[in-house]
Amino acid sequence: MSSSKKATAEKLNLRDRFKNITDTNLLLLITIVVFFAMYIGAMVFQGKGFLRAQTFFNILNANACLIILSCGLSLVMITGSIDISVGGVTALVSMCCAVYLDFHNGNVFVAILIALAIGLGFGLVQGFLVAYLDIQPFIVTLAGMFFARGMTTIVNANPFNVGNEQFVALKETRIIVPGFGYENKLGEYVNAYIQIGVIVALLTVAILFCVLRWTKLGRSFYAVGGNKQSALMLGINVKRTKFLAHLICGLLAGIGGFVYFMYVGSGSPSHASGMEMNAIASSIIGGTMLTGGVGNIIGTFFGVLSLSTIQNIVSSAGFGEAWWTGITIAAMLCLFLVVQSIVMSRKKRA
Amino acid sequence: MKSKKINFSISNFCSGLVKRQIFIPIAALLLLAVFNLIMDPSFYKIALGYNSEGYPVLTGNLITILDYGSELAILAIGMTLVTAASGGQDISVGAGIAISGSVVLRVLCGTNSRPETLQAPIIVAFLVSCVAAMLFGAFNGTLVAYFKIQPMVATLILFTAGRSIAAWINNNELPIISDPSFAVFGGFIPGIPIPTPFFIAVICMIIMALVLRFTTLGLYTQSVGINESSSRLNGLNPNFIKFLSFVILGLCVAVAGLIKVSRVSSINYSVIAKDIEMDAILAVALGGNALGGGKFNMMASILGAYVIQFLTTTLYKFNVKSDELPAYKAVVVIVLVVLSAPIVREYLSGLGKRLKAKLSVKEVG
Amino acid sequence: MKDRTVLEMKNIHKSFPGVRALQGVDFSLCEGEIHALMGENGAGKSTLIKVLTGVYGKDEGQIFIKGSDKAVVIRSPQDAQRLGISTVYQEITLCPNLSVAENMFIGRTAGFGQNWKKMNADADRILKSLDIPATATQQLASCSIAVQQMVAIARAVDMDCKVLILDEPTSSLDEQEVEKLFGLMRDLKARGVGIIFVTHFLDQVYEVCDKITVLRDGKLVGEYEIKDLPRVLLVSKMLGKDLDDMSDIKSAEITYSGADASKAVFETEQLVSDAGIKPFDFHINKGEVNGFTGLLGSGRSECVRAIFGADRVIGGTVKKNGKVVKISKPIDAMRNGIAYLPEDRKIDGIVGDLSVRENIILALQVLKGFFKPFTKAEANKFADEYIKLLGIKTASADTPIKSLSGGNQQKVILARWLLTHPEYLILDEPTRGIDVGTKIDIQKLVLKLASEGMSITFISSETDEMLRTCSRLVVMRDRKVVGELSGDELTQNMIMNTIAGGDKE
Repeated sequence: MSSSKKATAEKLNLRDRFKNITDTNLLLLITIVVFFAMYIGAMVFQGKGFLRAQTFFNILNANACLIILSCGLSLVMITGSIDISVGGVTALVSMCCAVYLDFHNGNVFVAILIALAIGLGFGLVQGFLVAYLDIQPFIVTLAGMFFARGMTTIVNANPFNVGNEQFVALKETRIIVPGFGYENKLGEYVNAYIQIGVIVALLTVAILFCVLRWTKLGRSFYAVGGNKQSALMLGINVKRTKFLAHLICGLLAGIGGFVYFMYVGSGSPSHASGMEMNAIASSIIGGTMLTGGVGNIIGTFFGVLSLSTIQNIVSSAGFGEAWWTGITIAAMLCLFLVVQSIVMSRKKRA
Repeated sequence: MKSKKINFSISNFCSGLVKRQIFIPIAALLLLAVFNLIMDPSFYKIALGYNSEGYPVLTGNLITILDYGSELAILAIGMTLVTAASGGQDISVGAGIAISGSVVLRVLCGTNSRPETLQAPIIVAFLVSCVAAMLFGAFNGTLVAYFKIQPMVATLILFTAGRSIAAWINNNELPIISDPSFAVFGGFIPGIPIPTPFFIAVICMIIMALVLRFTTLGLYTQSVGINESSSRLNGLNPNFIKFLSFVILGLCVAVAGLIKVSRVSSINYSVIAKDIEMDAILAVALGGNALGGGKFNMMASILGAYVIQFLTTTLYKFNVKSDELPAYKAVVVIVLVVLSAPIVREYLSGLGKRLKAKLSVKEVG
Repeated sequence: MKDRTVLEMKNIHKSFPGVRALQGVDFSLCEGEIHALMGENGAGKSTLIKVLTGVYGKDEGQIFIKGSDKAVVIRSPQDAQRLGISTVYQEITLCPNLSVAENMFIGRTAGFGQNWKKMNADADRILKSLDIPATATQQLASCSIAVQQMVAIARAVDMDCKVLILDEPTSSLDEQEVEKLFGLMRDLKARGVGIIFVTHFLDQVYEVCDKITVLRDGKLVGEYEIKDLPRVLLVSKMLGKDLDDMSDIKSAEITYSGADASKAVFETEQLVSDAGIKPFDFHINKGEVNGFTGLLGSGRSECVRAIFGADRVIGGTVKKNGKVVKISKPIDAMRNGIAYLPEDRKIDGIVGDLSVRENIILALQVLKGFFKPFTKAEANKFADEYIKLLGIKTASADTPIKSLSGGNQQKVILARWLLTHPEYLILDEPTRGIDVGTKIDIQKLVLKLASEGMSITFISSETDEMLRTCSRLVVMRDRKVVGELSGDELTQNMIMNTIAGGDKE
């Protein structure tokens, strides 16, 4: 091929690549770039704290629950639905497990089962109402959220720390990550560590990623979110798909709830306040679109990290008050919604 | 012969009443009223007492319902319009109340959070809060009408950020107003035994009635909610009508915000108007209005608001704590929403028809 | 069953409450044949297709598919698919967010895992063999509508379909894309697939089809070979008029005799909207009744909607009394004295839950303004006046309009626009679904209004009506204006010839 032809062919290729990149992948790219930009920016401008690996691991430790919840929420959002009860379910799970462990001298494994049961219960009922009775998901899960919050107080109105030995042992377990340690103020070498919850979170991300990419069920989530009518005509059982999405999200809320419980070690009616909004924001920042059909679990993972990083940056810059957090998250959400819609419309015109 | 005629007209009246939309909240009201009557008739006692300033005031559960139901009734007015025009609900009203209440306090307190005297006339503070609340309403309205985002999702943004914004307005301080003239709006006007919020609510209802009577707002809103395409071809601007409904709700939020902060002459950003959006949506639904938009009955919504307050007060009487309330209300919402789902309605009417057929067969056979 | 026949439908009957949609219709399709199915409104085309694809169940009749001597039972779309009958609809029924390959294979096989490699390879193979310009990994949304349609066809073909139904596939395609589609169709024809081509586009039918079946009013008019059916004859069969029917329909004369009678009240110059019609020029004089005629789908409604601002105008101008007026939305048109009765009253006309009274006063109220609502007395007066004038059958003026019969709903919409006393009234299929007596009343009303100086555009599928009321006809075919008839030219023959396209016999 002559050189000019080759150049044209390459140019075409790049433009074609832009045109042909899927919506999901494009948004994922944006998210990952933004996250690394932010983190590197934090390392450059805020220095010391961010240069330590443990800071990153602490972000993972503190947000293990959010990661799990966001994965479930992304799943539901991909099908075009939504679930805002996950925060309430987390609080309910924490309180119920706490009460069981301390007031009924419970066994940790049974507590885990309780957590799963609660999550599954919510997922089942909400999934049925949304998928089979065709009721608006927002109202159903809004009611679910209020129900969960109210039940948390009914179960036990006062916050308290859990003293159950088995549980405390589990909570305090640290998994050492070799090679990322640092020197503390006394000159001693401290190992970097992560908690069990992080392992659970990473497993969740991995499993869900595989499901969404390599199983028929996973693809049917995308189909239903992309065009419900078409999915029906193509032979997909739309009702069952939507139901399963809510069911899995509920289950993950149960798992996430127990991970949260392991992190805070207590039960309280005000736990996980607003966490559902953070999960939604993380999903959107991670490239999951509200309208459905587009989304990526890896992106959601980075979305959580981005959210947390910016909260860290904001608080270490001196705006630590709680109310700045809300504004920051909302602003970031707005920003990403705008960026997404601009990029999408550019892509359509290309 | 005559008795048959009377029976006929009574049954006509009854069936006519049942068919009307306002029957739903009336039925709920009767249910609650009878329930309380059976459980404890002293629920209805009204007593004349004296408040801390020595003025006569009425007290009792019924007064509480009229008092605390006022903010809800005012919100229900705006929420009905939003639901009717856009087929969705605004879940940011609680956060909106926090913002507008915060603005009122900021204007009245200036930079000192414990002022001796008011820094500005109350009317000015109120007007500023109206502007603020209507701006936020416009924000929501723009997202819904022009960016075509689902109402519940669009209002999620303010739901998340609203209380933080409210706290920021007052630099996260808790201003307290000691001037008693401010407490009048949430309490009692000296010498009048009925709580002021009730009067404010009545004024709002009258204003809305006048608006519905002397403008075409009712007709346009319903038309847009029922069939947007036809409305456009009749010369209407559906986007603007939807936008307007959110701005009007913003105005309602400002009024409710004034009452709320006036009750305590202060503000607690995370607690004020907590979960009120749930109640407001419930009020509209209980009023028999379709949550998907279209025809609405304002009176029924307002009645629904007071019924919700009646429910809340009843639950309090049975020692349900305020943090537990949401659980009960959530159940009510689910029941209401399930019963009004088209699939369920079809199933029930099919069931009813088969039952009728069976009964008539029994009669004949 | 004959050797080459792949589908045979015999004596199909289907009724709904109040209407007999299909009465004893036969249809047959051979292997490797492209067969057009044509008919005007209410002909029964879509009902026949829905019976074939299992959306409706037939009341009577039998369906035979090649490979089985017994009649088949089709009770659901899945049954139809299993028998090898596939349909590609006008609206793409694929998922735009999934890849081309996924759209081709999703929902077809059971199993747990997704084998991307195999799926992509298979998809590429099929796309190549059908010469479709797309790759397996490309997102469907990045393909043009034409290519998306071809992917839908590729899916159908890969599912071993014997009968492929294309339901209005060319409505949103431009000329090049139509040619591409035809190429694919000819390819499939060569492979022995039987294709049912449902369309309104005359030219396209003659370009690519072998046979035509015409339905009218639920009955079979006939099945013809393309080479045996000249265009004019086809049009006459679709409209139900005999070619030599010189029946005694007096064409209308202009009855308005005011001083400004021959002045154009409204004109358009190269007006074009985003609804897909070619730019058109148009004018209408004071007191004149004109019509737009042509087959269904030829663009009649789109033209008047552009004038009314109902669709987005992207070029051209509208003039009133010689001065340019800006009409970008319906309220602009209304303020200039234009009224529009839409073709689809359910979607664009009635506001279902509102009462008859509210529906009648709505347009006038919008013109009057937000702060000047009609009093109950005024509204009642208007409602009663028009209920009487048009003979609207309703329990009361408070009844929700959705509970009225279709014909009465139409009368309410008509009342609504008459109430605004427009200078220019556009009626798009005003007599559809109305009883004969009232049809005549409406035609008389139109003539009376015209004699008083109102300009009226009357669009109807029934040319008799238009000949009786219109003094000028604009003829449309395949989305563009192809002729204008007036005076002596207003005969059935001339109309049909102009629609058909004179030189291509």
